[in-house]
Amino acid sequence: MTVQMGIKPISAGRRVKNGVAQVLVYLAFAVAVVPLVSVLWLVIRNGLKRFDIEFLTHSMRNIGARDAGGGAYHAIIGTLEQVLLASLIAVPIGLLTAVYLVEYGNGGRLSRLISFFVDIMTGVPSIVAGLFVLAFWILVLGMTFSGFAGALALSILMMPVVVRSTEEMLRLVPNELREASYALGVPKWRTIAKVVLPTAFTGIVTGVMLAVARVAGETAPLLLTVFFTDSINEDPFNGPQMGLPLYVFGQSALPQDVAIDRAWTGALTLILIVMLLNLVARLISWWRSPAKRG
Amino acid sequence: MATSLPKTEGGPALSRSAYRRSRGDVPFRFVSTASGVVLLAIMAAIAVFLVVKAVPALQANTSHFLTELTWVPNATEPVFGIGALAFGTVISSFIALVVATPVAVGVALFISHYAPRRLASVLGYVIDLLAAVPSVVYGLWGVTFLVPFMLGPSKFLNDYLGWIPIFGGDSVVGKSMLTASLVLAIMILPIIAAISREVFLQAPKIQEEAALALGATRWEMIRMAVLPFGRPGVITAALLGLGRAMGETIAVALIFPATFTISFRILSPNGNSIAANIANGFGEATDIGRGALIASGLVLFVITLVVNTAARLIIARRKEYARAAA
Repeated sequence: MTVQMGIKPISAGRRVKNGVAQVLVYLAFAVAVVPLVSVLWLVIRNGLKRFDIEFLTHSMRNIGARDAGGGAYHAIIGTLEQVLLASLIAVPIGLLTAVYLVEYGNGGRLSRLISFFVDIMTGVPSIVAGLFVLAFWILVLGMTFSGFAGALALSILMMPVVVRSTEEMLRLVPNELREASYALGVPKWRTIAKVVLPTAFTGIVTGVMLAVARVAGETAPLLLTVFFTDSINEDPFNGPQMGLPLYVFGQSALPQDVAIDRAWTGALTLILIVMLLNLVARLISWWRSPAKRG
Repeated sequence: MATSLPKTEGGPALSRSAYRRSRGDVPFRFVSTASGVVLLAIMAAIAVFLVVKAVPALQANTSHFLTELTWVPNATEPVFGIGALAFGTVISSFIALVVATPVAVGVALFISHYAPRRLASVLGYVIDLLAAVPSVVYGLWGVTFLVPFMLGPSKFLNDYLGWIPIFGGDSVVGKSMLTASLVLAIMILPIIAAISREVFLQAPKIQEEAALALGATRWEMIRMAVLPFGRPGVITAALLGLGRAMGETIAVALIFPATFTISFRILSPNGNSIAANIANGFGEATDIGRGALIASGLVLFVITLVVNTAARLIIARRKEYARAAA
């Protein structure tokens, strides 16, 4: 072997290893995208079959599993009401908890404890949230199955997401703004309400929308708290309601083709709602992103 | 961060009305602290009420809850146990983790170190979309598409790799533990990929550049500078994914054949999980039946609590990761 001057070329073995690693990494991404494409393609292709006015305006009342027709109006109404109620419960609690953690907690023992349990709460399985509401609200307090019970379960899943995203946004607010406000003699709570929260507003809204999108697709907690109905029930506080995810679950467990078709269209409607919420969230954050404005 | 800087009371320039307004601090502070405490109370209440409703059913049980395999809680002499369900939950989540983690790490590396920078954020968003698909849609997709589709590959595995016990067995079906695990793997992939990506992006640039300057190939640079730095982050991500897989309900409730046996043959019609059993069994459950399901939910709660706490403890030791897991 001759002694070479200067930089030696990369040996064949190292080059092959590098090439193999690159191929594997590209392959991993391709493999991850395949199921996404497959799911979206099937949902769109099969869902469009029944995506008509009847589906959006009719319930399943008096429609047997084998009959064609029927729709998900009752489920769409139920989902919208349940998610709205869940947000009404979870957003104030989540928002105020984040305010506590950032503005008042000061890294004390209570704030570290709350912070830790917010993380743990993120990992609570959705079915456990449903079981808790079943055990507490329905079995111990003796309430009936209702849309509101479902909203309670969903709000438990929403809270930690709202806390985390709001907390992150509040921490992005420059301390100089707070100090300027204090210097003008504005009390702390007014500084938070009039300076800190408005500054972080768009980021908070984005986080809330993402949280809403997350729970809108939840099925398991509804199964245990809202129960099933084929009729329209516009009152979320009284009697069983329906939810769109529950509707998809119910129809897809049936063997008939017409039911499976309804399930696909329900899935399409659900994905459209979730994607719309995601898109709105991204648009809001893009529209007034502090990072982009430099 | 925001330390309570000025004590507004007593400032010389404060008017009476400003002073009165500052008293709003007390209720505001109280309300926000109370919200945090409410959150703690909810976590405590979940544990307490699950125990309260589980105990009567456990007392009525005529068998040992932790070791019994069958699940007949609605009979006059209830017999039920968590054995087979816990086994199915752990095995299916574990297979999902084994399948999803390498792919997710690859995806994370692709987005953080291989993809062109302009494309990277868009491609990251595409992977996040996987997480935005509701689980019931994965269930529908699994039952109508993946279950029949998996029959071919499963037969192939059984024919050629049947000598490995987990691929053995005489009856090979689509509605198997393997199919359910694959759906779980797809569902936990985005969370593992997202956290790993954040951690890989935080790897010290200076070490990456040093490795490249010394003549390392891209892969050698990643092996020397990125992966060692990211390892605890990837472990955390995998644990969080494991917790998510164990709690996943609806997608697998449609796919699992809902048996109550313990079998390692993942291609045969075996398999069930705690969460799937709750979803499938709730409709016809009596009082004791509901209590039994709540007891099984309590077990699931404790298992996921342990897994998630472990994940959080690993992440808490590395402050620089704090953002990644948010």
